[in-house]
Amino acid sequence: MQFPILTFIVFTPMAAGLLILLIPGERKREVRVAALAAGIIALVLTVWLYFSYDVAAGGYQFVENYPWLPALGISYQVGVDGMNTPLVLLTGVVMFTGVLISWNIDDRPREFFFFLFLLATGVFGVFVALDLFMLIFFYEIAVFPMYLLIAIWGWKVTREYAAMKLTLYLFIGSVIALIGILAMYFASGLGTFNMLALEGAGFSTTFQKIWFPFVFFGFAVLGGIFPFHNWSPDGHVAAPTAVSMFHAGVLMKLGAFAALRVGIMLMPEGAKFHMPWIILLTLVNVVYGAFIASVQSDFKYVIGFSSVSHMGLVLMGFATLNRDGFLGAGVQMFSHGVMTALFFAVVGLVYDQVHTREIPSLGGLSKVMPLVAVAFIVGGLVSMGMPGFSGFIAEFPIFMGLWRDNPLIAIIAAISIVITASYIFRIVGQVFFGKIPDKFKDHVHDIKAFDKIALVFLSIILIIVGIYPSILVPLVDSGVNNVLRLLGGA
Amino acid sequence: MILNASMFLPILPEILLVALGAVVLILDLVLPKKQHRNIGWVTAAGMGVILLLSIPARPETEPSLVWGGMLRHDWLGFSFTMLFIFGAGITALFAMDFKKLGHRGEFYLLMIVSTIGMALMVSAADLVMLYLAIETTAIPLYILAGFFIRDDKSTEAGFKYFLFGAMTSAIMLYGFSLLFGFAGTTNIYQIAQSVREGGLPAGALIGSMLLVLVGFSFKIAGVPFHFWSPDVYEGSPTPVAGFLSTASKAAGFVVLLRFMMVVFPDITLQWGAVITAMSVATMTLGNLLALTQKNIKRMLAYSSIAHAGYALIGVAVISQVGVSSMVYYLIVYLVTNLAAFGIVASCGRITGSDEMTAYYGMSRRSPWLALALLVALLSLAGMPPLGGFVAKFFVFAAAVDANMIWLAVIGVLNAIIGMYYYLTVLKYVYLYRSEDEEKPLLVTRPQKLAITVLTVGIILIGTVLVPWFNWATTAAASVF
Repeated sequence: MQFPILTFIVFTPMAAGLLILLIPGERKREVRVAALAAGIIALVLTVWLYFSYDVAAGGYQFVENYPWLPALGISYQVGVDGMNTPLVLLTGVVMFTGVLISWNIDDRPREFFFFLFLLATGVFGVFVALDLFMLIFFYEIAVFPMYLLIAIWGWKVTREYAAMKLTLYLFIGSVIALIGILAMYFASGLGTFNMLALEGAGFSTTFQKIWFPFVFFGFAVLGGIFPFHNWSPDGHVAAPTAVSMFHAGVLMKLGAFAALRVGIMLMPEGAKFHMPWIILLTLVNVVYGAFIASVQSDFKYVIGFSSVSHMGLVLMGFATLNRDGFLGAGVQMFSHGVMTALFFAVVGLVYDQVHTREIPSLGGLSKVMPLVAVAFIVGGLVSMGMPGFSGFIAEFPIFMGLWRDNPLIAIIAAISIVITASYIFRIVGQVFFGKIPDKFKDHVHDIKAFDKIALVFLSIILIIVGIYPSILVPLVDSGVNNVLRLLGGA
Repeated sequence: MILNASMFLPILPEILLVALGAVVLILDLVLPKKQHRNIGWVTAAGMGVILLLSIPARPETEPSLVWGGMLRHDWLGFSFTMLFIFGAGITALFAMDFKKLGHRGEFYLLMIVSTIGMALMVSAADLVMLYLAIETTAIPLYILAGFFIRDDKSTEAGFKYFLFGAMTSAIMLYGFSLLFGFAGTTNIYQIAQSVREGGLPAGALIGSMLLVLVGFSFKIAGVPFHFWSPDVYEGSPTPVAGFLSTASKAAGFVVLLRFMMVVFPDITLQWGAVITAMSVATMTLGNLLALTQKNIKRMLAYSSIAHAGYALIGVAVISQVGVSSMVYYLIVYLVTNLAAFGIVASCGRITGSDEMTAYYGMSRRSPWLALALLVALLSLAGMPPLGGFVAKFFVFAAAVDANMIWLAVIGVLNAIIGMYYYLTVLKYVYLYRSEDEEKPLLVTRPQKLAITVLTVGIILIGTVLVPWFNWATTAAASVF
C-alpha cells in the first residue's frame, strides 16, 4: 500500500491545530513555533506531492478510498489530477507564508492558529475530495472559521459587518449547491456520492439545464462571480493579513474549483447551455472589477477588487469551455493565488508600519522597506500579465480561448489589462516612490526576517512559473484533458 | 395472565428507573443535609448503570406487543428510552451544584419519574397507556419548571406550563375518546383497521386527527402551540429547561410520528399537509423570533422551536428515509441542545445572569467553556464536522428524495437565519470585552464531565456516521 499522502496533507493542519490548543494560552512563543512547524510540514508534503505526480500518466493519482457511510454511498475518497495538484501546493504555500506573516499576532495566537488550521484542513479536503458529501463537508469546514478569524482579529472598523456578510453569502451559496448535489444524488439513481461514478450517470439534458445554475452559482459565489461578489472586497479588507492571504489566495479558488468539479464536470450539458450568458457575467467581473479597483483610495480595497477582476478571468476561462480557456484558468488559479497572497502580505506589512491604508497619504516607502516595494512590483507585473511572469502564462491562453468563439468579449476583457496596469502603477508611484511624509519618518521601520522570507518565497514562485512554464503547464494540461473528456472533446 | 420472567424483560429499563427512584428517596431521608448534593452523583451513575443493564432488554428485529397490547417492544421505543436515560443522567450532573435544585432529593426523583413517563410514552401502543404516560411525564415537569418557589419567573413558568399543558392535553383526550368511539378499541395498532371496516367518513377521522395533533404539537412546541416555551424555558431552572427542550420534546416527536403513521394511514395526504405547514411555520417563526432575543435562554428556546420545524420535515415527507432522518436529527438535537443548555447553566450559575451581556468576553474568562459553546452552537447551526451538519443533511435529503425540493429550500434558507444568530452569540463570546474578564468562570467537576461527554458526542455523531445511521434506520424501520 502506498503512503496515504493526501490524508496526511488534509489532516496535518487539523492535528496541528488541536495540538496547539493543548498549549497553555499564555505561552505564545511555543504556539507560534508549533504553528510554523505545521506550516513547514504541510509545505514539504505538498511540494513532494506536486513533484511526484506523474504527468505522463495523467488522471487521478494517489487515490485513497475508504467507506464512510456505505448505506448511502458516502465514502472518504481522495485523489488528485492535474487541475487540483497545483491548488494543493498553493494551499501549502499560503499556509506556510501565512504563519510567517502572522508571527506578530499577539491577541490569543493559540485560537488564531487553531481556526486558521481548521480552515486549511477544510481547503485541502475540498481540493482532494472525490466524493460529493466529503466535498460539501470540507467546504463548510472551510467557511465558518472565516467568521471568527475576521471578527476577532480583523480590522476594527468593519470586521463585524464584513465577517457576517462574508459568512452568510458563502453559507447561502453552499446550501444552494447542497440542494443541487442532493438532486443529483437522487436523480442519478446510483445511490452514491462518488464523483467518478456520477460522471457517468448520464443526467438528462433537462435535468442538467435546471440544476446546473444551482450548483455552479452556489459554489461560484465563493469564486466571487458577479453579482455575488460583494462580500469579497469587504471581507478581504476586514480580515487580518494571513486570513486575507488565505481568503483571496486559496478560498476563492475553492469556489471556482468546486464550480468546475461539480458544476461543469458532472453536468456538461448544463454547462454548454448556460455558459453563453454566464460568460457575460464574468466579463462584468473582469472589467468592472478592474474599474472599481482603479478608483479606490484604500490600498487594500484596490487589491480586493483586483481579486474580483482576476477571479473573473478564471471563471471566464471556464466559461469558454475549450482547452485554452481551461488551461489558462487552471494556471491563473495558481498564479493568482500566489500573487494575491503576496499582495495582501505587502498591504498588511505596510499597514502594520504606517497604520493607514489611504494611498494619497503614503509615499516613499521603498526607502525604508525596499524588499516590500520589490515584492509588490513583482506581484504587479504578474497581475498585468507581463511576459516573464506567471500572469502571462495564465492570461494569454484565456484570451486565446476567448478569441476562438467570442472575439468581441476578448477585446472588451482585454481592456482590464490596461486598467490593471494603471492602478498598479498608481500604487507603485504613490506608495513606494516619491517623498516619504514627515509623520512616518521616524517610526517606520523595515520588516522582520520572517516577513522577508515569506515575500521572497512568494515572489520566486511567480518568477519561476513565468520563465519556466513547463513546471506547471503540462500538469494543468493533463488536468484539462480530464475535463474535456466529459465535455465531449470540444 | 400468568406472569413470567420474560414478560418483565421489555420493561426492564422502566423497572430499573423505579428502583433508582426508590434509592434516591431513601438517600434523601437518610443522608445528612450536607450530603444531598451527592444524590446527583448517584442519579447520574445510576442512569449509566441502567443504560448498561438495559442492553439485554433490547428488542428483536420483529416488534412485539407486550402486556396485553399496552406497550410495543420495538427499536424506536427502546432507542429513545436509552436517549432519555442518557439525557436525565446528564441533566443530573448539570443540576448538582445549584443549591436550591441539585441539593434536594425531590428534584432527582421528579426527573426520574418524568423519565419513566417518557419511556412509556415512546413505547405506548394503547390510547389509555399513552395518555397516562403523557401525564406521568408532564406532571413532574410542571413541578420542575416551577422548582424555584421563591423566584417569580420560575413559578410563573411552572404555572404557565401547567395551564397550557392541561388545556392541550384535554383537547387531545377528546380526540382520543372520539377515536375510541369510532373504532371501538383503544389499541392504536388496531384503530386504523377498525375504522376502515366501520366505513367512517374521512371528515370525522380528520377532525380527531387535528384534535390529537394539538396535544402533540404542544409537546414538541410546534407553531401555533409554541407560545409557552420561551417563557417556560426562561423561567425554569436552566438544567430543567435543557431537559424540557430535549427529552420531553423528543418524546413528543416519537409519539407524534408513531400515532400519525399507525393510526391515520388512510389520510396521509391530509396530515402530511398539516405537518408540512406546521414544519414551515415552526422553523420560520422560531428562527425569525430568535434573531432579536437578548436573553440566551429565550434565544435557545426559539432556536429549539426552529429545530422542531426541521425535524418535522422528516415526518412531513412520509417515507422511511424521512423517518430515519428525523430520528437522526433528534439524536443529534438531544445531545447538542443538552450541551448548549448545560453550558448556559454552568455560566449562569456563576454570573447569575442569562442575558447576552453576561457572555461578553467569555473566551478570555474560560477558553475551554467558550470552545464547548462554539461546538454546541455550530452544531445547532449545522456546521461540519459536528452532528448538526449530518442531521440537516439527512433531513434535507429526505425532502429532496420525496420531491419536495421547495421544502428543502425553505429549510436551508432557515438554516442561514439560524447561522446568523448563533454566530452573533459567538461574536459576543470571542470578540466583545467585558469588565469581568479577570474573573475566571469556574465550572464544577460534574459539569465539566457532562460538557466533555456531550462535546465529544457531538463530534463523534458528526464524523463517525455508520453506527448512528444504522441505529436511526433500525428505529425508523420498526415504526411500520
